[in-house]
Amino acid sequence: MTAAIPTPALQEELATVEPATITGRTRKRLTSRWASLFALVIAVLWTIPTFGLLLTSLRPEMDIRTSGWWTWFSDPQLTLANYDEVLYGGTSLSTYFVNSIVITIPSVVIPVSIACLASYAFAWMKFPMRDTLFVAVFALQIVPLQVALIPLLRLFVDADLNGTFWPLWISHTIFALPLAIFLLHNFFREVPGELMEAARVDGAGHVTIFLRIMLPLVTPAIAAFAIFQFLWVWNDLLVAITMATGAQEIQPLTARLAELSGSRGSTWHLLSAGAFVSIVVPVIVFVFLQRYFVRGLLAGSVKG
Amino acid sequence: MDNFEKFGQMALAVVLFVGVMGAILLLVGRARRRVDIWQSLAFVLPALLLLGVGLIYPAIRTMYQSLFDRTTDEFLGLDNFTEIFTNSDMLIVLRNTAIWVIVTPIVATFIGLVYAVLVDRSRVEAFAKAVIFLPMAISLVGASIIWRYVYEYRPDQQNIDQVGLLNQLLVWVGLEPRHFLVDSPWNTLFLIVVMIWVQAGFAMTVLSAAIKAIPSDITEAAQLDGLTGVRMFRYITVPSIRPALIVVLTTISIGTLKVFDIVRTMTGGQFDTSVVANEFYTQGFQLGDTGLASALAVLLFILVIPIVAYNVRQLRKADLR
Repeated sequence: MTAAIPTPALQEELATVEPATITGRTRKRLTSRWASLFALVIAVLWTIPTFGLLLTSLRPEMDIRTSGWWTWFSDPQLTLANYDEVLYGGTSLSTYFVNSIVITIPSVVIPVSIACLASYAFAWMKFPMRDTLFVAVFALQIVPLQVALIPLLRLFVDADLNGTFWPLWISHTIFALPLAIFLLHNFFREVPGELMEAARVDGAGHVTIFLRIMLPLVTPAIAAFAIFQFLWVWNDLLVAITMATGAQEIQPLTARLAELSGSRGSTWHLLSAGAFVSIVVPVIVFVFLQRYFVRGLLAGSVKG
Repeated sequence: MDNFEKFGQMALAVVLFVGVMGAILLLVGRARRRVDIWQSLAFVLPALLLLGVGLIYPAIRTMYQSLFDRTTDEFLGLDNFTEIFTNSDMLIVLRNTAIWVIVTPIVATFIGLVYAVLVDRSRVEAFAKAVIFLPMAISLVGASIIWRYVYEYRPDQQNIDQVGLLNQLLVWVGLEPRHFLVDSPWNTLFLIVVMIWVQAGFAMTVLSAAIKAIPSDITEAAQLDGLTGVRMFRYITVPSIRPALIVVLTTISIGTLKVFDIVRTMTGGQFDTSVVANEFYTQGFQLGDTGLASALAVLLFILVIPIVAYNVRQLRKADLR
């Protein structure tokens, strides 16, 4: 372990390094060999399982049946045949991929818009019982989905919506609202009140203020929440298999994969490729929108 | 339904919705007199209606159904709850849930914290963090499939090679391969590994932000006093980020309490691995016992409330935003 006392050598080193932040943080090596080793072990443990399955998905079916992915290095053969089969063969995952997209997009657009309106009202409009209602909406966050699922499904069956995408869209919208309203309200609230007053003096109504002033200012927050909601819906299994029970036509990727994992538990050439078909979208989102993504995930971590 | 038709339906839904929202805004915007109450109603009513019909009513209905039999015909009082706490299968479900909720938050938070400290301000920090965080992006179904392959078991015979990494490691060190997902009670721990694998990234990210927020004069003063390494971690880092630690622990607990996807995908709740959230699905949607399923959902609700209440209070204190 290096001593923390600023020896001349260290000071010289510090002088050559540009401070990364105002507090003068410097990039340094990990504190000791053991610490580096421990971090490395964790990093490897966190990567190997995914890497193993990824490599498996690219191996020929016969190889997958007879040997583990680590034998690939002595006999490297790659193929996209598994992806071809899982997407367009008997499992036809391409259909479910489309379903996932069709389910996810309205399930993001609708709750985000409704929540924007509601949270603007809770932040800047005056009406009776406003604060009570807001606390009630906030408190609804703690209701686990399970508590609502059975009667909600009953409602959809009674309304004869079963077997269409509507139960999925509406359920995801409802389950997103408490968190969305709470988060967006906080951001709307942060907009300086003088801005509102100035607009009002100029004769702008609530609609104008909402569309022209507020929405552009809270766009980053909306984006963060939208990304969180997108991934939540894309990755969801519970709502999918309850609201689309028995309706193969409208099930998303996750539902189909979970089913494959149960019924064809050892067809690894299909399962491995299938898993990566479903993983690729979130990973792309992660890579390109990492900042929003982390913010959204952290903000929404209580949801469920 | 072909793909074209599906996208058509999607477009229709979005257009319909945008149309309704546009109409609301237009009507409110054209209102001559600024009667605030009507404008406010137009803004909040869609959300309140949806929440009332889709969340509050169903929740009350579930509580009501939990007092009835499987078809909601006969009033049973608290019999469903009695069954949850006496039936031997249900007791295993409760035991498993308890193990999940105790083990996952502690281990995930510990790994996340240690990793955050170790990579803090190192040269490869951004990359090292991305590696641990990535599992958060993957669906729990995907994560379960990834790990099921690690646990994959092949019978121990001469001409059969193991394809699961863990069993191959056992074979390499001269042990017999095992049915990791079948042998109870250890199989629950192997399922928990998946949740830890996912949640450590969350813990690491929040705690890393908290560590960076520790005022540098505190750490510098401690360094001048000769505090380094483990003692620095123990006496400066951990106490400084205590509120964030509690938030992380409780948040992971809540997520773990409701864990469903992992059990469903990996074992389907067989081999004594079921948990409350999975049993809810099995009873309610596969065995058609609405009463018992509702009771399980209510139990889940009751278990979540104290943790959330505590979490919210801590969140206020920690002021992570």
